[in-house]
Parts: sequence; C-alpha cells; structure tokens
Amino acid sequence: MLNSLSTLWENDLVKIGVTLGAVYALYLLAGAALGYDLSGQLNSLRRLTFLIVLYGVGALVVNLHWGYSGLFNIGIVGFMAVGVYTTTILTRPVAGQNPTGTLPGLGLPLPIAIIGGVLAAAAMGYVAVLPSLRLREDYFAIVTLAFAEIIRITAKASELQEFTIFGTTLGTGGGRGIRTYPNPIDQFFNGAGKPIVAAASSFGIDGSLVTGLAFVLVLTLLLGLVYWLIVRLAESPFGRVLKGIRDDEQATTALAKDTNSFKIRVFIIGCAILGLLGIVWQGSQGYIAPGLFVPQLTFFIWIAVIIGGAGSNTGSIIGSILFVGIIYLGPGYLRRLVEEYVGLQGSVSTFPNAVGALLGGNVDPFLLYNLDQTSALRVVLTGVFLILLLRRRPEGLFGSRREIAASIDLESRVRDRRNSAGADGDSE
Amino acid sequence: MLMSIVDTIKQRDLLGGNTRLIGGAVIGLLLFIDLARRLTSGDLTAALLAGYIWNGLTFGLIVGLAGVGLSLTYDLLEFANFAHGDYITASAFFGWGTAYLFAGAGEFDPGSLFFLGVGGTLYPGDVGISVASAPAAIVAGLIVAAVAGAVLAVLLDRLVYSSIRQAGTISLLIASIGVAFTLRYLTVYVFTQQSFGLTVSAWVYRIPLPGGKLNISAPSLLLVSVSLLTMLGVHLMLTRTKLGKAMRAMGANRDLARISGIPSERVITTTWLIGGALAGLAGFMIALLQGTITYQIGWTLLLLVFAGVIMGGIGSVYGAILGGVLIGLITRVSLVWIPASFTEAMGFGIMVLILLTRPQGLFGGEIS
Repeated sequence: MLNSLSTLWENDLVKIGVTLGAVYALYLLAGAALGYDLSGQLNSLRRLTFLIVLYGVGALVVNLHWGYSGLFNIGIVGFMAVGVYTTTILTRPVAGQNPTGTLPGLGLPLPIAIIGGVLAAAAMGYVAVLPSLRLREDYFAIVTLAFAEIIRITAKASELQEFTIFGTTLGTGGGRGIRTYPNPIDQFFNGAGKPIVAAASSFGIDGSLVTGLAFVLVLTLLLGLVYWLIVRLAESPFGRVLKGIRDDEQATTALAKDTNSFKIRVFIIGCAILGLLGIVWQGSQGYIAPGLFVPQLTFFIWIAVIIGGAGSNTGSIIGSILFVGIIYLGPGYLRRLVEEYVGLQGSVSTFPNAVGALLGGNVDPFLLYNLDQTSALRVVLTGVFLILLLRRRPEGLFGSRREIAASIDLESRVRDRRNSAGADGDSE
Repeated sequence: MLMSIVDTIKQRDLLGGNTRLIGGAVIGLLLFIDLARRLTSGDLTAALLAGYIWNGLTFGLIVGLAGVGLSLTYDLLEFANFAHGDYITASAFFGWGTAYLFAGAGEFDPGSLFFLGVGGTLYPGDVGISVASAPAAIVAGLIVAAVAGAVLAVLLDRLVYSSIRQAGTISLLIASIGVAFTLRYLTVYVFTQQSFGLTVSAWVYRIPLPGGKLNISAPSLLLVSVSLLTMLGVHLMLTRTKLGKAMRAMGANRDLARISGIPSERVITTTWLIGGALAGLAGFMIALLQGTITYQIGWTLLLLVFAGVIMGGIGSVYGAILGGVLIGLITRVSLVWIPASFTEAMGFGIMVLILLTRPQGLFGGEIS
C-alpha cells in the first residue's frame, strides 16, 4: 500500500495536485475561522487560484529562458506591459465613438488586438535579444532590466499620453493610465450564460463570482496549454540544443549549431507568452498604468522559479503555488485572523510612536503597526527567504531535476559505476 | 539595411578597424554642429545650456561617486551588486535623520526628528535646515551617512555574500536582488512610501549670461566640493597607501596578489567600506540636491550608476567617476533635443549601446 502510494507520488501531476490541495485546505480552514459563507470561501479560492495560475505562467517562461536556455531575463514586466498596452491601444473604440473623456484607440476587435499584442511583445523580445546575444549573463540581465525601464518610461511619458498620427488619435494614458477592454467572459454571462447565473444565485453565489470562477477556469486551461507547449519544446531536438547552450555554449557551437538562432527563437517565444500573460492579467483588471509594471513583480515571479528550482517545469508551478499561497496572500489572511481573534486597542500610528509604546510596555500599537504594514513585510519576507534559499538550498525544491542536454545521462552512469566499484571493494 | 551597410564596412575594413570610434566621432560632431547652430540662431540660450551643463556635472558627480563602490566590488568580487542602490537609500535616511536630530535637538521630539517626521509629525519648514542655516547639521549628516553606508556594506557582506562567494556570479547577483528588496521594503516599513521634504531653500548664485541667468545653488556647490575632496582622498588612498596598492594589485590579478602575500580578506573588507561610504555620501547629497527623499531614491539612481560604471570600465575608479559625469551630462544636455520624459531612457539607451559596442568601457580592466 505504501509502495503504491510512493509510486503515485512519482507522478508530477499528483505532486502539483497534492500541493494545491494542501494550500486550498489551509485557506478553507482560515476562511471557516473568519466566518466566510459559501460565496466567501469560493471567492477566496478563486483569488488564490487566479494568482497561482498567472504566476505559474510567468514562472514557466522564466524557467524556459533561464532554466533551459541560460538567458537571465529580469525585464519580464516590460514585455507584459508591451503586450497589454498594444492590445489596449488596438482595441479601444475609435475617436468619436468612445465615451467622452476617455482615450481613443484603433477600434479593432478584441481577438485581433490580442494577436497584435502578443506579436508586439514578441517583436520587442526580438529587439532586446538580437544585439545582446554575445553578452555574458549578468550584462544580458542588465540590458533586459534597462529595456523594461525604457518601456515603462515610454508608457509613462506625457508626450505619448494622447497624440494624433496619420489622422488617427491614440494614446497610452501616460502616468494616469488607460482603461483596458471588457472581459469576454463577463459579456458571455451577461448574454447567453444568464441561466447559469440564475442557477448559481439559488446557492447564494452572485453573478460576478460566477464570471470570476469561469475566468479562472479559462486561465487554468491557458496554464495547461503553456505547460504542454513548453514540455513539448523541451523534449524536442530544439530543446536539446537549448540545454546544450545552457550547459556549454562553445561546445554546442562546435557541433555546428547556430546558437544565436536558437537563443533568439526561445527568447521570442517566451516574450510572446509574457505578452499574453499581461493581456489576461493586468488587462482583465480593467485599468492599466505604468506603475503596475515594476521590478517588484519580476522579483516575485523569479522567486517562484527559484523556490521550485530552475530547470524544472513542475518546480515552477509548485513554486508558484507555494509563493502565492504562503508568502504573497498568507500575510493578508494572517492579519485578518489576528484582527478577528486578538482584540487590539487603539489606531495605527507611526513607526517611532509604535516602538516608543512597545518600549513603554504597550504591545498593541506595535502589533497594529505591523498588521498595517503587511504588504511591505511581505516583500521583506520574500527577500530574506530568497537569501536563505540561496545559502541552504540553491537548487530549490526540484533543481536536482535539471534536465541535461545529452540523451544518454553520462553523469548518472559514472556515478553508478563509482558506487558499484566502491561496493565491490575495487581499488580504482 | 543599416546593419548590412555597417557589416560591409566592417568586412571590407574600410575604416581601418575603427568603425565604432569613427562612427561615434561622426555622431558627436553632428551633435556639436547642431548645438552651435541652435546657440547662434537663438533657439537655445547660453544661460540654458550652461544650466544643463552645471546640472549634469553635479548630478554626474553623485552618480560617479556611487559608481566607485559598485565598480570596485563588481571587479573584485565578480558580481553586479543590485543592492547598491538600496545602500544609497538606507545611508541617506540615516544621514538625514541625524542631520534633523542635530538641527532640531531640544526643540522637537527626537523620535520625530530622526524619522524625518513620518506621518506628518514634523515638516521641513519647522526645522528649517539648509546649507546656509545649519551647516553643522549637514556636515554631521554627511559623516553619519558615510559611516552608515560603510557599516551596512560590510555587515551585508558578512551576513549574505561571504558564505556564497563560491557559488558564482549569477547566484551572487540573485542574492543581491534579494538584499535589495529586503532593504528597500524595510525602509518602507519604517518610513512608509511617503516623500519627505528635507530642506528650505538657501542662497543661489545667479550668474548673468546671454539669454538669462545661470543658477548655482548652495547645495550644488557643497556637492561639488565634497565630491572633489572625496575623489582626491580616494586617489591618495589608492596610490599612496599600502592597502590601496594591494587593492589595485588584487583588481589586476587576484591569484598573483594572493601569492605575493596580500591579505585578500582585508582588501575585500576595505573595498566594501570605501564603496559603502561613498554610496552613503552619494545618497545624502542626492537628497540634498533634490531637497526630497523617498524609499526609491537609490533604486532610481542604480541603473544610471550601472550605466556610468559600464561606460567607464568595470574596476576602474577614475572610469567610474568619469562615466558617472558623462552620464550626468548626457541626461541633462540631451534636454536640448529630446523632451524631459525621455532623458532617463536616453541614459539607459547609451548604456545598452556601450554594452553592445565596447563592453569594457573606456578604462576597462584596470583599477586606476
């Protein structure tokens, strides 16, 4: 019985499922302790899954770039911004048909705009990677960061906020941001899907939650698609060359592989997926602004990969589950639980006042201050966790799974031979 | 098409192997001619241009000072320290807190003073610091910022970097990103994301020039003097002291230096101390120049500091300073041609260009 359980555990999907299940159980417990009804619990799980899936896609791309190909991309948010901004500009109603006071666009239908956004992100990836091919990893990282910042500065520039070119008016919204596009899932449930909403309301679930759950389902399908795509890519001859480039680029070049072409292609594919990620993530929130595309988001996606171990797709997904479930959303729930069960007196003041009170024997203001600062403490926690990981277990949870380029695993053969030689007592 | 023209020139060696240099010189010449044209036609006044140059110089000196530490550790320990920006921020807050304590001691509550009146308990007008009215406070703050930067750098090396030094340049880079975010959001935890006004305005020299006046503010004069003195100090340290010579030796060839008996741990610690102290000075002074400070002050500087370091050549102290000044001048003087929103992007663009054409920078390879 135990044996069959452990063989079941070998299956990656089971690992992912169990981790997800454990995190779900944790959140359901917290929700019960906070007195959530069915609607509340479903919404809590919806939000959790929404973020897990999106971070999962981001982590898979980082893993594709770094874990498989050795390309250190820390400009991730820049490509997401290019995707969603392009789609927004392409699909916003044309000047004259848009509600007054909002920015006009090119008025194209949403599916075409999405394709346009993905292609724009891919093109930006091409521009970024083409000249940077010869750079070593850390210079490449600096270039990608510079690109992401240039993109953010361009999106923020007031000169591009609203402008007219070739007779058409469009704009990026500058620092204020721009309204994006309506969610087709929303429109479905407001139209053909009305009966489902009516059925759900009998359980106390309102329409927006049904839409939300359906959207998360669609995003999960997207994650599955990206996962499948990347696994197929990695296990193909294309993927083998990528791993060869990561392990030893000169050797791979010596074997007559045009490494530049491979690096360009994998970078573009990753950036295209990032563009799509931006389109379904920030775009679905209804409003985008340059301030959303900050390095902190890149940092969070990277840590999901590092937790899971660079080089493993399963690791990236499990890393995302753990990061979102415990580090990202966890502190917020902890705060709500503390507020519910621990009666704290007073109001939030400043740090010096809180510490002063603490030294004077009054713990409440200090606790209140900490509860108020959960979003900052969350990042501190992430940073400290990253440093500890790098010191104790740099390969992450699944890093030892790093796939090698050769189809014959020489390293394990040598290891086996050494082990058997030792066991036989041979002196070699 | 442009690429194929460039490729043809390279292949047929039409310019004797100096394509990039000549290309750069041509662009420089064109810009200079355009500048002269604008000056003579009246589009651009001498006062405005002089203002740009002065601003570029003062800003560039700060970028250069911050770059020295980054450049030294990049060369010696072989990793890009992305936390350097947050060393700048943290030491700046320490320094200004101290300056406020000095200036307002006795009149105001020390907790409010040291934490810069976070949450609205104190305003710059109440304390009224400026270079003219409270010079002792400013100097005290400067010194504390430098000390704080030095201590922070060494502490973080002992806590984080020293144990993973063997792990390779990328692991150290990732660790430094972790340190960067930890420091930055600890700052947010204490000071929130509020922007703090710091000074009240001091006197301004107004030099009349064709087209207007060149404004030279007191903070900028202090800045230039402190920077020049510091650079002189660093130069003397590198050339006259034994430790300085050891640093130059280690930068040039670490293994050889070790064999000759140069204590590498001492050199590494000294490098962090100097780099951290200069970062502290840079942080205090950029806050003084801008008159405000936020938790992002170092981070927004960091990419430009990288740009300056790369332009000057990693490992070269003089290169870092020169590169920083160049970056400062480029980002300010480019206002002649491009709108203000894009000057920073221009700085990054130049850095990318340098990385692609001459990654070793101007003085690449040597420490001085």
